[in-house]
Amino acid sequence: MSVTDAAVQEAGPHQHTERIVNDFAIQVATVNGSGSQTANLVLLRSIFQMGVPVAGKNMFPSNIAGLPTWYTIRASANGYIGRKKEVDFLVAMNPETAREDVMSLAPGAAAVYDEPLKLNELRTDLVFYPVPFDKLMQPITHDAKLRRLVRNMVYDGVLSRLLSIEMAQMEKALRKQLGKKQKAIDMNLAALKAGYDYADANLTKQDPFVVAPMNKTQGMILIEGNAAAAIGCMMAGVTFVGWYPITPSSSLCESLIDYLKKYRRDPETGKTTYAVIQAEDELAALGMVLGAGWVGARAMTSSAGPGISLMAEFTGLGYYAEIPAVIFDVQRCGPSTGLPTRTGQQDILSAAVLSHGDTKHPLLIPASVTECYTMSMDSFDIAEQLQTPVFVMTDLDLGMNTWMARPFEYPTKPLNRGKRLDAEQLKRIGQWGRYKDVDGDGVPYRTVPGDGMPAYFTRGSGHNEMAQYSERAEDYSKNLARLARKFETARTLVPRPEVDVVASGKVGLIAYGTTHWAIVESRDQLRNEHRLDTSYLRLRAYPFTPEVFEFIERCDRVYVVEQNRDSQMLSLLRMECTPQQIAKLRAIPHYAGLPIDGRTVTTELMKQERV
Amino acid sequence: MATPTAPGKKINRIGLEPVAYRGSKTTLCAGCGHNAITERIIDSFYEMGVDPTQVVKLSGIGCSSKSPAYFLNQAHGFNSVHGRMPSVATGAVVSNRKMIAIGVSGDGDTGAIGIGQFVHLMRRNLPMIYIIEDNGCYGLTKGQFSPTADLGSTLKTGVVNDLPPIDTCILAIELGASFVARSFSGDPKQLKSILKAALSHRGTCMIDVLSPCVTFNDHDGSTKSYSYAKDHEEPLGDVSFVPYFDDINVDYDAGTTTAVTLHNGSKLLLTKIAENYNPMDKVSALRLLRDTSARGEFATGILYLEPDKQDFIELLGLVDEPLATLDVSKTRPGRAALDEIMESFR
Repeated sequence: MSVTDAAVQEAGPHQHTERIVNDFAIQVATVNGSGSQTANLVLLRSIFQMGVPVAGKNMFPSNIAGLPTWYTIRASANGYIGRKKEVDFLVAMNPETAREDVMSLAPGAAAVYDEPLKLNELRTDLVFYPVPFDKLMQPITHDAKLRRLVRNMVYDGVLSRLLSIEMAQMEKALRKQLGKKQKAIDMNLAALKAGYDYADANLTKQDPFVVAPMNKTQGMILIEGNAAAAIGCMMAGVTFVGWYPITPSSSLCESLIDYLKKYRRDPETGKTTYAVIQAEDELAALGMVLGAGWVGARAMTSSAGPGISLMAEFTGLGYYAEIPAVIFDVQRCGPSTGLPTRTGQQDILSAAVLSHGDTKHPLLIPASVTECYTMSMDSFDIAEQLQTPVFVMTDLDLGMNTWMARPFEYPTKPLNRGKRLDAEQLKRIGQWGRYKDVDGDGVPYRTVPGDGMPAYFTRGSGHNEMAQYSERAEDYSKNLARLARKFETARTLVPRPEVDVVASGKVGLIAYGTTHWAIVESRDQLRNEHRLDTSYLRLRAYPFTPEVFEFIERCDRVYVVEQNRDSQMLSLLRMECTPQQIAKLRAIPHYAGLPIDGRTVTTELMKQERV
Repeated sequence: MATPTAPGKKINRIGLEPVAYRGSKTTLCAGCGHNAITERIIDSFYEMGVDPTQVVKLSGIGCSSKSPAYFLNQAHGFNSVHGRMPSVATGAVVSNRKMIAIGVSGDGDTGAIGIGQFVHLMRRNLPMIYIIEDNGCYGLTKGQFSPTADLGSTLKTGVVNDLPPIDTCILAIELGASFVARSFSGDPKQLKSILKAALSHRGTCMIDVLSPCVTFNDHDGSTKSYSYAKDHEEPLGDVSFVPYFDDINVDYDAGTTTAVTLHNGSKLLLTKIAENYNPMDKVSALRLLRDTSARGEFATGILYLEPDKQDFIELLGLVDEPLATLDVSKTRPGRAALDEIMESFR
């Protein structure tokens, strides 16, 4: 539903009567490597600074320069920050895709385009705004390279005029984006103004889309999930990072490196209180992390599907030898190389049981940048408490796109370093065995090299409670049973789900991660358009906690919505549900490489409801 | 110093008896070269007075990789996964720079599945001793060829090796290891001297030790058998090692012996036999290895040494205290830092 506001005043001639205020999606179609990111972020930030909730999503190719890129900015007075499938306002800058971009618009949409492309000849049911970009750039600079880079700023100026985005906000956002580079600021400002002036003098507003000031973003920040996770890792006191570059996870470690350099040096000596090693591959990255965790460091790595696959063997060692490690999986589309720059939730099942033999691992699943921050901190505590690898399952959409959030709160909880043997504990438990379950929770006490406590031999081969090599059937099965008991302890430590049970909502929804944002919107659509009240449980971790099964019990049927083909979380649920509970579960899978949107959920759910 | 003990009881300079350096009973085959190497590790650590509780011992997978269980029981051990001990060692050493690290690998564990990690360990010059117990075959899976098996050598079953070997010493020198040696498990004196010198060096000490497999590779067609090794070994000369805690009062002929000072003040005395051989010259080290291997021989001794090369810990610029024991006050930045970061995203 559109939000209309007749009170919004606009200068200049307008032909439409109803305005759509703060509820539309702008899509900018460019070529990657053309410098459009600055212009797009300035546009996003300007709307944000006007107090309007926004979300920016970059759909980019696996390429450095020359291939099509689309950047979508959604303004939503209602605060919907999931993807909106329909594009309302197109900026067509890429001749390669312009035709298809225009043809895919819904009637009534608007398109700003580079005049020579003559896109207005394609359709009669759209609003077209031709802009002679090259001509406008001529007086600004003679440098062909700079002209190409700054050219994109012109469309910001045009949009400022057409959508009533305040120029002062554009300028502020531009300064924020470019920092102290005065020459670049001047040139970009000139391009911005050229666009504005051109639109003011030559274009007649014919579309209904308008941005009007609100107060819904005050005090908030705009941040990418990878940066948020990096801040969380630093605040968790990470001391060792082993990593290997891979899209879309690289910017997590790269942000972390920047923060560590700045905030984690000894003030007197300049020496670092951390080590970051770019490993030779993902196998080595996790090997290093396990070596570091074994001696007592807080160690992490970050990767995506292909790298996580390579980490399988070491993950099994970490599980069986019981070594804490934090592994970020910023999920992208597989299988194999798949679509490296597109998003998905396709590693859930493989991460949960990564490696051979009987293994299972806790997964923490953030849905927001704030949770990227908090769960990063949680993951280190849980990994040390359980002495096992813990996965943080984010995705490209969360990790690399720009999201709004309240500023992150400073952690007040002390670090939890888990069960480390000291003289006092040793006295209490008498004879220490590295893999002895003293407390009945499956979690033994550990020692680390150099701590003055008894040493033990760590191995991935069969071992008994005393960490001695053993092939005895009893030792083996006892150990595996204890590890299963430890996984039960994990249930009590992982983040609990967020549950919204509506008394009249017998239809339940279960989702996790970035799918959450589509659910928020879909539930409103279901209520407003179909008079269907729903209950909702957002999973925040695996293993499942009792709330999950209680929720399924309460509902008549439960739709599990996720961004993969095989309904992977549903499969994990099936492993633990009763037959009666299983009978209630239904799947809404989404696997397109693009973030799931609310409309898709609503349509699919209603289709299944009608059957 | 330790309290005086009963007369006759042998102790080292930190007051420990040899038994403190022993490990569990070996489960390798009787006569296995690896057991002799284990003994030399025990001897050298004992004689150098290394505190076994300050040692980490690591390995990959294979017969060789079982051996860390057979020495230094008081040290933490880590039998990791096949070919990937270097990465585990890297994480461990970087996170606790105070520990002395010794890794034991095999020729398959290093030269085949682990060649990638081996290469990068050498490049980083991580301070650790890396021993290859090199028998030219996969013992634990019953004798298949490894990448260090010589061209034309045969298996017990008659299978002929048709690919050229990888020379791990050449690789290590090329890639940046600052201490590269080769020895033979049947030469206890030389091996012990090399190990003691390695304990005084900071940087990667790569020691390839030919160690015949008595079960699968000690027959006439093998170039890694006891008899072949004894006949074709070309020692570079005497390796005499004088620890820093001993009086350095050794007579040597200045014309034929080089004295190298290691980082802790120990002295390494290398008596030259090969003319013009300089262990600190990369090119002559590589030439020596090429020449001897062309003759079907293998040079033993300290082949290459770069005593002052920056090690990986120095390169990283870490604080002196081990990362693993840093207090939260040093690892969690204050409120002002978070405020500043948040401000940058407004």
